[in-house]
Amino acid sequence: MKQIFAIIWMNLRAVPQRAGSSLVIVIGIAGVVAVLVALLAMAQGFGATLKATGKADRVMFLSAGVTAELSSVLVPDIVPVLRELPGIVRDADGRPLASAEVVVITELRRGNGAQRADVNVSLRGVEPAGLKLRPEVRLVEGRWFTPGLREITVGQSAARQFEGVKLGATLKFRGSEWTVVGTFVSDGDAHESELWTDADTARSAFGRGSSASSLVAQMASATAIDTIKAAVKADPRLQVDAMPELEYFASQSKQFTEQIGLLTGVVAAIMAIGALFGALNSMYSAVSTRQVEIATLRAIGFGGLPVVLSVLAEAMLLALAGGVLGGLIAYVLFNNMSVSTLGSNFTQVAFNFAVTPALMEKGLSWALAIGLLGGLPPALKAARQPVVEALRAK
Amino acid sequence: MKYFPLLWATLWRKKARTILTLLSLVTAFLLLGLLQAANSLFSGDSQRLSANLLITQARVSFTSPLPMRHLSQIEAIPGIEQISWSQFFGGIYKDEKNFFPQFAVDPDRWLKTFTECRMPAGQATAWKSSRTAVIAGRGLADRFGWKVGDPIPLKSQIWPLKDGTRAWNFELAGIFEDVTEGSCPRMGNMYLRYDYFDEARQYGQGTAGIFVVRIKDPNQSEAISRSIDVLFENSPDETKTQTEKEFQLNFVRQIGNLSLILNAILGAVFFTILMLTGNTMSQAVRERIPELAVLKTLGFSNHMLLLLVIAESMLISVLGGLLGMGLAALVMEGLAHAPTQFPPITASVQVWQIAFASMFGVGFLVGLPPALRAMRLSIVDGLSGR
Amino acid sequence: MSKAIVEIKQVSKTYTRGKQKVEVLTALDLEVAKGDFLALMGPSGSGKTTLLNLIGGLDQPTAGQVLVDGQRIDNLGSSALAAWRARHVGFVFQFYNLMPMLTAQKNVELPLLLTNLSGAERAQRARIALTVVGLADRASHKPNELSGGQAQRVAIARALVADPTLLVCDEPTGDLDRRTADEILGLLQTLNREHGKTIIMVTHDPKAAEYATHQVHMDKGAVAIGEVP
Ligand SMILES: Nc1ncnc2c1ncn2[C@@H]1O[C@H](COP(=O)(O)OP(=O)(O)OP(=O)(O)O)[C@@H](O)[C@H]1O
Ligand SMILES: [Mg+2]
Repeated sequence: MKQIFAIIWMNLRAVPQRAGSSLVIVIGIAGVVAVLVALLAMAQGFGATLKATGKADRVMFLSAGVTAELSSVLVPDIVPVLRELPGIVRDADGRPLASAEVVVITELRRGNGAQRADVNVSLRGVEPAGLKLRPEVRLVEGRWFTPGLREITVGQSAARQFEGVKLGATLKFRGSEWTVVGTFVSDGDAHESELWTDADTARSAFGRGSSASSLVAQMASATAIDTIKAAVKADPRLQVDAMPELEYFASQSKQFTEQIGLLTGVVAAIMAIGALFGALNSMYSAVSTRQVEIATLRAIGFGGLPVVLSVLAEAMLLALAGGVLGGLIAYVLFNNMSVSTLGSNFTQVAFNFAVTPALMEKGLSWALAIGLLGGLPPALKAARQPVVEALRAK
Repeated sequence: MKYFPLLWATLWRKKARTILTLLSLVTAFLLLGLLQAANSLFSGDSQRLSANLLITQARVSFTSPLPMRHLSQIEAIPGIEQISWSQFFGGIYKDEKNFFPQFAVDPDRWLKTFTECRMPAGQATAWKSSRTAVIAGRGLADRFGWKVGDPIPLKSQIWPLKDGTRAWNFELAGIFEDVTEGSCPRMGNMYLRYDYFDEARQYGQGTAGIFVVRIKDPNQSEAISRSIDVLFENSPDETKTQTEKEFQLNFVRQIGNLSLILNAILGAVFFTILMLTGNTMSQAVRERIPELAVLKTLGFSNHMLLLLVIAESMLISVLGGLLGMGLAALVMEGLAHAPTQFPPITASVQVWQIAFASMFGVGFLVGLPPALRAMRLSIVDGLSGR
Repeated sequence: MSKAIVEIKQVSKTYTRGKQKVEVLTALDLEVAKGDFLALMGPSGSGKTTLLNLIGGLDQPTAGQVLVDGQRIDNLGSSALAAWRARHVGFVFQFYNLMPMLTAQKNVELPLLLTNLSGAERAQRARIALTVVGLADRASHKPNELSGGQAQRVAIARALVADPTLLVCDEPTGDLDRRTADEILGLLQTLNREHGKTIIMVTHDPKAAEYATHQVHMDKGAVAIGEVP
């Protein structure tokens, strides 16, 4: 045991003399980890935004078989039926706490230069109950829209990401002008990327008759969902799907997370292989510069294991340094970076990159794996090398 | 050229090291090839779209349908050769993973508008004679192994049938192909008949989705786009007209600032590779100092040694680069035939240009410091190993 | 004595290592005649290699003149000197200094890369040089597949191949056993006698020096005993 530590220590103290090739390992691995963590942070941030949207004790109704609000149409005659379902809470005046909402897609400008694009943004028409049943939605600037007037209150992310969405500005949709009268926040969730107005105003302005896209309602408790699902099933008129609001938004991040996951996997794996070759190269040359030293130790009577461990310790330590460096680079450059992308509802969802401790840990484990794989073959080579031959080499 | 055997032999002086270096270069250029090709989707140069096609969409969003009455008004504008319309169908074939786009179109107008794609006359007639008949691009048909006559059930995410159900049944009447190599950019799409679709859908009758306008002179595209949009200005059904290329480009850009992220990754990769090969090269030169000194005694001049070392570095870089790009091309070829949701990517001329510039750039930058060292090496010191 | 092919006039050489100055050669004079086979002897550190390097145009004197075949080489620039070496000198070292990754044939061809000869001519000349040193059958071997004596023969072939004015050898037999050394020395003697090559050879070995036509003994940077026949 003592000899192991002695040799490891002796070897590590010599690392600064091989600064060039040691740095290669550190930087190579830092590059891999930075890219890995940044890409994962993107998926993480997007997922977090959507998963933060909605509550478990609110129910959402969409037409049967659709996967997104955009393609859902609830015909006028079923909306009142849905409102009256058992398990839905009523307000002080005895009216169901439910909001039949319409979602229409509008186009706004985003970015500049080569990145400039007209992007799809959700305009959500909500009923007064829609504000009441979402306590997380708070006004931060201006005021709420007035029903009947072409006024919109915009989510804070929308205001930041898209052009011309400022308090007091006017936006033109379908030949008429809409005034931005306020800004709201919603715990950083997906609604903050939307423009909100009154449901009836939206319906008439966008020619939606009296149909709705979805209906959101407050349930007495999260468990009421079963009662509601049973009631929907029992009524043949109701060609709708009922699900907890939370579940709906969580499902919206699945595709994006999968695609980014695939991209991350491919890119990080290729990079990791490249870094691995670099690490192997550097460790082989580290071993060959130590050839005589190692052979001398062996000749004196040291075993093979301390030699293997000393080489491995060097590789792992350098890899660890690279991993930490890469994680820090990703954190400094990307954490909280705000971007928006096309969500599965075919509209933009703004989110922030989230570099979490769990991702850092993942980055570090990749780094250590590369260190281990890059250090092991040279370590074994060093231990197996015939002592006499190595001593003769100059 | 006569120095090539010397260079080649020098390169393989330490086989393991050269192979490892080569492999890390290969991975770097594999990523460069793939990511640059993906990147070019965002800048639009990998799109082979005809410059003669304009897309007229609703100003508010291309997801909002336009009324069919716009058709005759647009048709009256001079310079327009053909106009057709197209409604996105949004069907799922068996599983969500099988995504491919389908559009409801008018067969006669489609055949006259999309002239870059062609189909045997018999199949076109078959399409026109059966209401539930559809046609598919060769790429799409190959992806699922479809043959003419096969049933194609689709579950529409957007359009319910009259009875509220979503299961639509079609059968394949034709498969369209390129007219000339690569001319048809719609090989992954399916087209169904609008007349049947409009009658069978639960709501939305009489709306057209978007209009696809074929113009005679591509230089007129801006003027004609403006004349179309002016027609409907300030009405609830305002339009926005742009070339198909702009339309597609805007569509991909919606995905967001991905190209910035792709470029950041590439930057990280290249920096890493530069460090890596740089270190290996200087190591290789350091080991060879006595040999370099011998070359000098033989009468090789300082400049000659500078060139030799740089050439060696360029050689390995170009070799690794070509292998990596070749691999990337293979991967993209494979990807194009695999059932994925990713749009097919290919390495355009521009991607190859970037790749070659990088190969020579990396080779030069990496070779320069050791080359300078070789050039400045004093023979007497080199020979004595000092 | 025939015409001098190498003339060393008042040559001094001082090395500077940091602040320390080491005067290796002091105002040295020496002449070597065309067709001579000169053995340079002397204790270790006496400046033999330094002098040889000056004659071979590998290094330049601090003061004095070095003339080879009537041409001053002490004031040439580095590229001119390189070109001069390619045409006029062939080097043989104690440790052979062959390129490990090249075959014997390719090693011998190396100096010819600097000429305008075609590939076929280069190969032809290299083959002749290898034949002269008696290694025609080892042309495709790499240095690590050759014995010390064979490697040194290849090095001699490489030094000969461009038909230089001078052959400069620094302890060419220093790493070889007696018998092999005698073979190499015999070869050098043949080259001197039959092909008329002027050879300057540094050696510690008095037996080796006997193969030479002349001997010069150096001590502390100066000629101690010159021209012993
Ligand atoms: N590049 C140099 N820098 C500093 N000192 C040098 C250098 N080259 C030679 N010397 C010194 O010059 C002196 C003569 O060296 P040189 O190599 O000429 O001796 P030598 O006669 O060839 O000895 P040996 O028989 O051991 O080969 C020695 O003291 C040596 O240390
Ligand atoms: Mg010497």
